[in-house]
Amino acid sequence: PHAGPVESKNEAAMSELVPEPRQKPVVPMKPMGINTSLLGYIGIDTIIEQMRKKTMKTGFDFNIMVVGQSGLGKSTLVNTLFKSQVSRKSSGWNREEKIPKTVEIKAIGHVIEEGGVKMKLTVIDTPGFGDQINNENCWEPIEKYINEQYEKFLKEEVNIARKKRIPDTRVHCCLYFISPTGHSLRPLDLEFMKHLSKVVNIIPVIAKADTMTLEEKTEFKQRVRKELEVNGIEFYPQKEFDEDLEDKTENDKIRQESMPFAVVGSDKEYQVNGKRVLGRKTPWGIIEVENLNHCEFALLRDFVIRTHLQDLKEVTHNIHYETYRAKRLNDNGGLPPMTVETEENHESNL
Amino acid sequence: GCRTLSLSAHVGFDSLPDQLIKKSIKHGFCFNILCIGETGIGKSALVSSLFNTDFEDSPSTHFLSSVRLRAQTFELQESNVLLKLTVVKTVGFGDQVNKADSYQPIVDYIDAQFEAYLEEELKVIRSLFSYHDTRIHVCLYFISPTGRSLKTIDLLTMRSLDSKVNIIPVIGKADSISKTELQEFKKKIMSELVSNGIQIYQFPTDDETVSEINTITNGYLPFAVVGSMEKVKIGNKMVRARQYPWGVVKVENENHCDTIKLRRMLCTNMEDLKEKTRAYYESYRRCRLEKLGCRDTGPENKPVSLQEVIEAKRLEFCLEMERKEEEIKQRFVQKVKEKAAMLEEAEQQASMPVLTKFERLMLMHQEEELKLGEKKKLLEAEIAQFIEKKAIAESIQSQVSNPVSLK
Repeated sequence: PHAGPVESKNEAAMSELVPEPRQKPVVPMKPMGINTSLLGYIGIDTIIEQMRKKTMKTGFDFNIMVVGQSGLGKSTLVNTLFKSQVSRKSSGWNREEKIPKTVEIKAIGHVIEEGGVKMKLTVIDTPGFGDQINNENCWEPIEKYINEQYEKFLKEEVNIARKKRIPDTRVHCCLYFISPTGHSLRPLDLEFMKHLSKVVNIIPVIAKADTMTLEEKTEFKQRVRKELEVNGIEFYPQKEFDEDLEDKTENDKIRQESMPFAVVGSDKEYQVNGKRVLGRKTPWGIIEVENLNHCEFALLRDFVIRTHLQDLKEVTHNIHYETYRAKRLNDNGGLPPMTVETEENHESNL
Repeated sequence: GCRTLSLSAHVGFDSLPDQLIKKSIKHGFCFNILCIGETGIGKSALVSSLFNTDFEDSPSTHFLSSVRLRAQTFELQESNVLLKLTVVKTVGFGDQVNKADSYQPIVDYIDAQFEAYLEEELKVIRSLFSYHDTRIHVCLYFISPTGRSLKTIDLLTMRSLDSKVNIIPVIGKADSISKTELQEFKKKIMSELVSNGIQIYQFPTDDETVSEINTITNGYLPFAVVGSMEKVKIGNKMVRARQYPWGVVKVENENHCDTIKLRRMLCTNMEDLKEKTRAYYESYRRCRLEKLGCRDTGPENKPVSLQEVIEAKRLEFCLEMERKEEEIKQRFVQKVKEKAAMLEEAEQQASMPVLTKFERLMLMHQEEELKLGEKKKLLEAEIAQFIEKKAIAESIQSQVSNPVSLK
């Protein structure tokens, strides 16, 4: 409501302080002549190579958060996704340790490289989520962490002398692990996703999917989708952010058929049909993680990493971050400057 | 610092650059060129030759009282790259008798584009993603082919711009200088630029794949360019050229002029030009925000100072809004009062017996009758008086004319 008037006052105020530049020739926004093909090669398309070179040189940041009760295989899944020990598996709570009273946020960063592309991957783990007797508001520390990263970025952006490349610690993707009960979503699941789907991209996954038959899986997925829809929870990819028809068709298929992905994770390899595959060995057979007949891990991997990685970042930057920023700048007096916990929560994997 | 991990198998994030490129292609690219040069020095012809397209533009007169800028935007497509090209040209540059202020409109224009971007950036609800960036990425400064040296106006203008935009100096209409004179001219220009401390754009030499060619190209500055809107038939092809009685100057022949070099350099360094423009923008932004009173005095103050300014302005604005609201309210109340009074009056009038036309006529008739009746009475009275007077007059007269004997 206050956004419109504020902008124009800013403009008016600024021009009061500094005399208007003498002339403001208008750059017409509509192109005057459309030439769809040039007569002969100019070299404009070399900009693509220039872009590629530049991005390879600067590298990428990607921050993925995993949320779910302990024992659902979060760490294993993330390690399987990124084919390395990016997340330390927790061995559960032993007798000497106390179960933490609140959810902890643990962010661990690694640099991985593939095909000349350097990525700084940060996995944000949330031990303690859903583990207490009373789990009321256990999403709050998570929401707080996500907002703190937006705040950090905003602080940098608002600097007078700012860095050429602002370090990006914002959560680009939050994998929410649903317990494979086969029945329906739990109140905790709905509460979490309701609150957080407005601030971050949530990708729900059904964990330990090897406990369900194909029919059970399909039915459960349908029920989950229905429940999410009924509760107004928009998971990634959100319908309202489809840019064009191409996106919409592609994403509709994912939203209405594939998601939530029913996954199995593993860091152990077995020999199957002469090939070494990642899998889980059971008395009744070996579940191949990357076999689409066995589980949807490959779909999740392709979705998150191979096709929508850049889009996850862009939605976070262009939409979630902008929403946070607008709210922050609009609030009466603004939110109290949050103490941003920086170094304490980032463990280096020593 | 983070530890580097090795991957045990193919993950697939090496497709990230492709994902980014796919999005950029969908979004399209934009590039903004500013051409500064005297009227008739060949700005339009060069731009048409650089992009091998005839951009329509009417030639301008020499009699403008001040320098103006004219901007045109075109959409060009090459394979899957859609480029929104904006060409801004000075109009009337160097035509005035007093050229002291010639560079000012240009500086103002460049600043205005920075300002527009800054305004968008500072909005509460902004759409930087879809914002049409009008900041000038490269400035082609046209030097007159006198063969002697730079003019004062050249030095003045370039000096006022070199901290705001990437400047590439070019010698316009270079086909009017001989090859040997050209070499000397180029050397002279470059040394004058250096001795006057003017920073021009240097093609980047840090990347090994392009450093060699860029270093060589840097040695060709300023580019001696020739442009042409016309095409001449050479063999069985139509090429852009200028036909003279003594020969044909082919625009795309690197032995004849540096137009192709300029084209190649502009295209292959677009990204770098845009990056350097962003750096110029940051300087502009820094100055501007400091002027507004924001300071980076310490880590604590950073967000607060800019936010304080925004807050203060917002409060100011809210108060202004409240005042205006009050004013409008008052006016509304006033108007309501007036209207109410009007309605009341109308009601009063309406509550009087409404007479039909007939009744009105009857009334009128009756009134007239009454009036006539009165007049008649008056008249009758007058007549009676008159008769009386007449009778008296007659009796007096008869007494006079007929003397009565007194016995």
